[in-house]
Amino acid sequence: MAESNKIVNFHVTRYNPEKDVKPYIQTYKVEVTDGMTVLDGLHWIKEHLDPTLVWRYSCRMGICGSCGMLINGSPTLACNTQISHLGGMDITVGPLPNFEIIRDLVPDLASMFDKHASVKPNIIRDEADLVSRQGEFYQSPEQLEEFLQFTFCIKCGCCMAACPTLATDVRYLGPMPLTALQRYNTDTRDEGFDIRAKIAGGDGGAFSCHYAGECSRVCPKGVDPAKAIQLLKRKLVLDYLHLASKKQPCKKLEGPGHGKLLPNMNPPARTVVQDAPAETNK
Amino acid sequence: MSNGTKFWTWHMAAGVALLFLLGLHMLIMHFGGSVHLFAPHGSEAVSVENSQWRDAHTFFAITYILMLGVGLYHGLYGLRTILLELTLKPAVAKTVTAFLVLVGLGLFGFGSWAAWAAHTIAIAGGKG
Repeated sequence: MAESNKIVNFHVTRYNPEKDVKPYIQTYKVEVTDGMTVLDGLHWIKEHLDPTLVWRYSCRMGICGSCGMLINGSPTLACNTQISHLGGMDITVGPLPNFEIIRDLVPDLASMFDKHASVKPNIIRDEADLVSRQGEFYQSPEQLEEFLQFTFCIKCGCCMAACPTLATDVRYLGPMPLTALQRYNTDTRDEGFDIRAKIAGGDGGAFSCHYAGECSRVCPKGVDPAKAIQLLKRKLVLDYLHLASKKQPCKKLEGPGHGKLLPNMNPPARTVVQDAPAETNK
Repeated sequence: MSNGTKFWTWHMAAGVALLFLLGLHMLIMHFGGSVHLFAPHGSEAVSVENSQWRDAHTFFAITYILMLGVGLYHGLYGLRTILLELTLKPAVAKTVTAFLVLVGLGLFGFGSWAAWAAHTIAIAGGKG
């Protein structure tokens, strides 16, 4: 089957802080073939028209989250956006809003990652439990399901770019870090709620969210940060009112026959005992 | 527990209380006269006689003060949230908070005094 070529105008935001006073739009005529993504279009421009155009990308398959851009006014992944799906003969491509621009389409995501680190996005638990290589933490599929969708976040920054609250208040943590915070708060292996509650309930925390819901609408991985933030708010309020059920951190399975925590559930098949001498089943 | 959670929880609670109290207010003001709900004198709920009748009841005096309190807290906390979203400098944010607290306390004090004065005057008038 012959490929149908057409010319599409790419209106790309250009900005070199060393030369330009402010960002400006440059238009390129791109020869588009079937199956071309916006990222492919940018590659075509760099190869055929303008080698100075700069953007960030890596995997080309919607996994790494590097190529988040503002495409036709909506934050999304360039590699995940088919040009034919956008319709029309004009496409606007700009850097993600709510971030400083490093150059052209490259946003400075450092502020996002600083905020992400500040919410302590890791398992907080008794040190002895964590460093011991013996056994493994037991988590049922139902417990995993409670936070699983929040683990799909690839930190592309699209939700942060879409957030109207973040646009006015740079101190607001934003959807991505708060979703990560909720993800670890819900994880049964974690015991860090009290530490994170101070962060989530503080200035720029969960209560700054106005529930515009744009973060959930634009997320290219189908994560629902708005829901995570509402769940977080509920948990914080219930905890303040002493109405929250206290989460019991899951225990470790030390090996077959030990620590079978829930009735009618078998321990994970991959449970192994690494440092302790193997036990014989009697 | 951070203050943010505490203040926001009370903000929500004040909103719910406000909903109930405003409902009561609307009910009395718009239907009280015609069905004589807390308005035993004539068909005008806002007439002097009916107002004095309600003022004479401690329940209404307390309700007025409560409504004033939750209304002020809910409104001023909401206003503070909006203002602080403008990414003010910490010193300015503190000044704004202090100013709103003072305004709130001042208005609450003045309004409570007025409500209680109306209560005592209505009681005295009833006795006289």
